Amino acid sequence: MTETITASGMSPAVVALFIFVLACFIGYYVIWGVTSSLHTPLISLTNAISGIIIVGAILVTGSEGATMLEQGLGFVAVTLASINIFGGFAVTQRMLSMFRKKEK
Amino acid sequence: MLNANTLAIAYLISAALFILGLKGLTSPSTARRGNYLAMLGMALAIVATLFNPVVQNYSLIFAGLAIGAVTGIVVALKIDMKAMPQLVAAFHSLVGLTAVLVAIGTFTEHAASGLVDRIMLVELGVGSFIGAITFTGSLIAFGKLQGILSGNPVVFKGQHLLNLALGLLTLALVIQFSQNSGLTTLILITVIALTLGFLLIIPIGGADMPVVISMLNSYSGWAAAATGFTLQNNALIVTGALVGFSGAILSFIMCRAMNRSFISVILGGFGGSDDEETTVMQAANQGVKSAAVEDLAFMIENANRLIVVPGYGMAVAQAQHALKELTDILNEKGIEVKFAIHPVAGRMPGHMNVLLAESDIPYDQVVEMEEINPEFSTTDVALVVGANDVTNPAAKTDKSSPIYGMPILDVEKAKYVFVIKRSMRPGYSGIENLLYFRDNCSMVFGDAKEVCEALVAELKNS
Repeated sequence: MTETITASGMSPAVVALFIFVLACFIGYYVIWGVTSSLHTPLISLTNAISGIIIVGAILVTGSEGATMLEQGLGFVAVTLASINIFGGFAVTQRMLSMFRKKEK
Repeated sequence: MLNANTLAIAYLISAALFILGLKGLTSPSTARRGNYLAMLGMALAIVATLFNPVVQNYSLIFAGLAIGAVTGIVVALKIDMKAMPQLVAAFHSLVGLTAVLVAIGTFTEHAASGLVDRIMLVELGVGSFIGAITFTGSLIAFGKLQGILSGNPVVFKGQHLLNLALGLLTLALVIQFSQNSGLTTLILITVIALTLGFLLIIPIGGADMPVVISMLNSYSGWAAAATGFTLQNNALIVTGALVGFSGAILSFIMCRAMNRSFISVILGGFGGSDDEETTVMQAANQGVKSAAVEDLAFMIENANRLIVVPGYGMAVAQAQHALKELTDILNEKGIEVKFAIHPVAGRMPGHMNVLLAESDIPYDQVVEMEEINPEFSTTDVALVVGANDVTNPAAKTDKSSPIYGMPILDVEKAKYVFVIKRSMRPGYSGIENLLYFRDNCSMVFGDAKEVCEALVAELKNS
């Protein structure tokens, strides 16, 4: 947390908002392109990647000054998010491997 | 240890990989690669975070990762495809709970070091709120799908008013929290949100589950995004927005396919009331024809093409494997077989496609509604397996029908229609299916799986 240079003078919250809104647009266009036959894998894949919240969980757990309680909360959070990540990707992989074209 | 800029670049790459991963789902042929790209993005984000100088203690993190990995993978490999909606609901609840725990943990850590400002407090409050709603809402959805709770809508007087009041109360509490930064206020917000999540999902009936699942998918994304705002972490913000929009778009697609507004689904109370069964005899009295499996086999053998219309009943009876055998036999006999999928068939978006893929039916034989509808009029036999409302012509003709205006599969336009059904019991909307009274329609009464197996046996013998 040493870099605080923001040439534009924008506050971090505004930068975050900027990124968020642009990401919403990307989401909108990418998701409309997903074929409807893959909507179930889409849900399980988005579910896996929403496990990215593990980043927050790791920071809570591993922080130097974390109390016992915070470590406990963080540990549970890391575990739950990992179930999501590993389970989500594995089940998506399992489903996608079933989609086959007709053998000619 | 990585500095802030290197970390940011790592997160940027992983966000880009997530976008490319989702983009892969544009077609089944690129989907697996998409999943790998997303995995790579996740691995990168996790490893980068472990090298964040803030992180000092690793033992608990590695323990959590290991337990989570084993649990997640075992569940994912063992789960029955039929139970996919429940699994997804359960996974959503985990994201919600994680968001709550991260919000509370982040708050106490930052408050201890005096690093909280007003904006961050609002973000924390919102993050915990969305996370808590996602958590209990998903648990209720799980309970309904798993059959632990009744799938019927639970409605009581003043329900919506209560929800509104709780929503406003939370808003007031978030504002208060941004002023007093008290842990008690944050916990109070969370408790109210937990209650609200429960109250929001109980009035929604089992058959509206495709919308509920999509909606909770969306919430879990917004929860991740809110956490990203708190932590000023762009990977979380971007991913949260992607997931949030994905769920929102799916909800929209599902509502459109039922011709219902999102609001009316949320308010709930639709369907699930009529449980009266009528017998085959009564069916005959109503002027409905019934056919034996032999008749069905004969008609199919002489058909140019068969279109199968699967619905949730197929999933319940696990008839998809018998349908695969049927497809194989007919292909050998030179009869074309296609599967027609309505967007809301099943209990989650794309549910039928996964079940058919599971039984090895090639995805190019599985066709979406808009594409297949023009083909019914040139098809000799349409076979409805466990679908009901999505084939009801009342949606087109009867203005007083609750499903009027809903896009349907034009099954009635086929030369002959056979409906495999246990009884004359109406679909979840509780209304009669006018299709059954058409001259070209016959009912084949029985369990979907048994009938399909008998049909296969019959075709093998001929």
